[in-house]
Amino acid sequence: MEALLASIVVFTLATFLGVELINRVPTILHTPLMSGANAISGITIIGALIVAGGGHGWISTVLGFLAVVMAMINVVGGYVVTDRMLRMFKRKPEPR
Amino acid sequence: MPAWLAEISYLVAAVCFILGLKWLSSPTTAAQGNRLSGAGMALAIVVTLLDREVVSYGVIAAGVVVGSALGLWMARTVKMTAMPQMVALLNGFGGGASLLVGAAEFLKAARAGTVPRLDTAITIQLAVLVGAVTFSGSVAAWAKLEELMTGRPITFPWQKTFNALLFLAIAGLGTWLIVATPPRAPHWPLYAVAVLSLGLGVLLVIPIGGADMPVVISLLNSYSGIAGAMTGFVIRNDELIIAGALVGSSGIILSQIMCRAMNRSLANVLFGAFGGAGGTAAVKSAEGLSVRQVSPDDAAVQLGYAQSVIVVPGYGLAVAQGQHLVRELADLLEKKGGTVKYAIHPVAGRMPGHMNVLLAEANVPYDKLFDMDQINAEFERTDVVLVIGANDVVNPAARTDAASPIYGMPILNVDLARSIIVLKRGMGTGFAGIENELFYNPKTGMLFGDAKSSLTRLVAELKAL
Repeated sequence: MEALLASIVVFTLATFLGVELINRVPTILHTPLMSGANAISGITIIGALIVAGGGHGWISTVLGFLAVVMAMINVVGGYVVTDRMLRMFKRKPEPR
Repeated sequence: MPAWLAEISYLVAAVCFILGLKWLSSPTTAAQGNRLSGAGMALAIVVTLLDREVVSYGVIAAGVVVGSALGLWMARTVKMTAMPQMVALLNGFGGGASLLVGAAEFLKAARAGTVPRLDTAITIQLAVLVGAVTFSGSVAAWAKLEELMTGRPITFPWQKTFNALLFLAIAGLGTWLIVATPPRAPHWPLYAVAVLSLGLGVLLVIPIGGADMPVVISLLNSYSGIAGAMTGFVIRNDELIIAGALVGSSGIILSQIMCRAMNRSLANVLFGAFGGAGGTAAVKSAEGLSVRQVSPDDAAVQLGYAQSVIVVPGYGLAVAQGQHLVRELADLLEKKGGTVKYAIHPVAGRMPGHMNVLLAEANVPYDKLFDMDQINAEFERTDVVLVIGANDVVNPAARTDAASPIYGMPILNVDLARSIIVLKRGMGTGFAGIENELFYNPKTGMLFGDAKSSLTRLVAELKAL
């Protein structure tokens, strides 16, 4: 029970921290914010790796494999596309 | 790897995520922040692979290779106009992963014959529920945006009652699984919870109109974070809980911003079936009013001699792929000594901040992009406002006509400028189906035609000027 309470404390504090951080992100960056936050939610990869590599029978392994695939799409796709967008934001246009 | 080292590494990864989000507060540091966040993710993955619980690597390697390749391909090939679809799919995959991890943890406990602790049993059900709703809801949102499915709200009688009953059924089955604990419980209720939750996700999204998808994507973004946090409770990992909470709050804030920009409540967006076939009431009649048309050469002269120009881009511009032409037009005007700024309404694109990305792609410098609050005071001092493919967000009725369905919605005060040029395909109404009195304003000149060809002609006329 104490472990659960500690986790709830962490969750609550992180939510408030998130609100503070996100409110500082300017409107022009809201799309990269979304795809970047998306990539962060791919952190489920940790759970997916433990399930896929845990050797708990074939059903769990299949579910784990699919979870790893989905989470990796989320992580790699999210970070790469965010980087692609952020590199387009320039103060001065490139000389053509 | 000793447990304490793993814990510290996870903490470092969490700090990377937090700093990454913090650096997103300025375009100059944002790209670095994103890379730092990615480095944190890489660290978390490596630490997990060295964990004692991970005993076989073959399946993991296959999954990582397949997932990374697919993610990389999507990220490299996606068009900037299709970014909402991409984000919807990514949300869905995050939710799907949470669903699968939750289900696998349940089966693991059942197989080992151990009784999971009560809180683990509860969070497994929550991870399955939220993960499944995020997955199927995101796929439905993606289908709507990709126009594989009608953008109109899909409604049927007793819809809300049906959804509520479905939710109760899921809650009932979930509670049974929690109380009966895996060693003795059959597995089918778990599959039933997953399948019913997948159905619920679709049913929650289909009554929402295509124009409201920005809110839906933001909300699903939040759900994917919450699903991740629930997974964190299941496997007792604070890193997941922190990351999930950060994403959860980000999605909620963005949904609120979008709702405020449309002057609607979240409940109204989710359950109001706005933009339905019934049409909207209290449409101001356009009879007896006339519009003034301008020719491309007149418009070019007007723009060419203006000291200050503000461009108001709408999604119609992006659909016509006219961003590059607008930049060319702006370059010509600046060469003639005028200033050009861009006024971006929060709902100008198909997701929060979308229009900024589309203009950045066309090499428009970001210090010329202004959001509504920054620029609204400037319109009255502006010579010419060029409205391209925007409609409801420049409708003065939102300020003046209490009977209008969009009354109270924050708009760009374009009608206060000295003169206005509107590029528009025809006299059709916008998303909300409301007549726009800006078009009948004596200061307004209408340049009819496809945005791209009108812009091409404007650029040609300006070059000849």
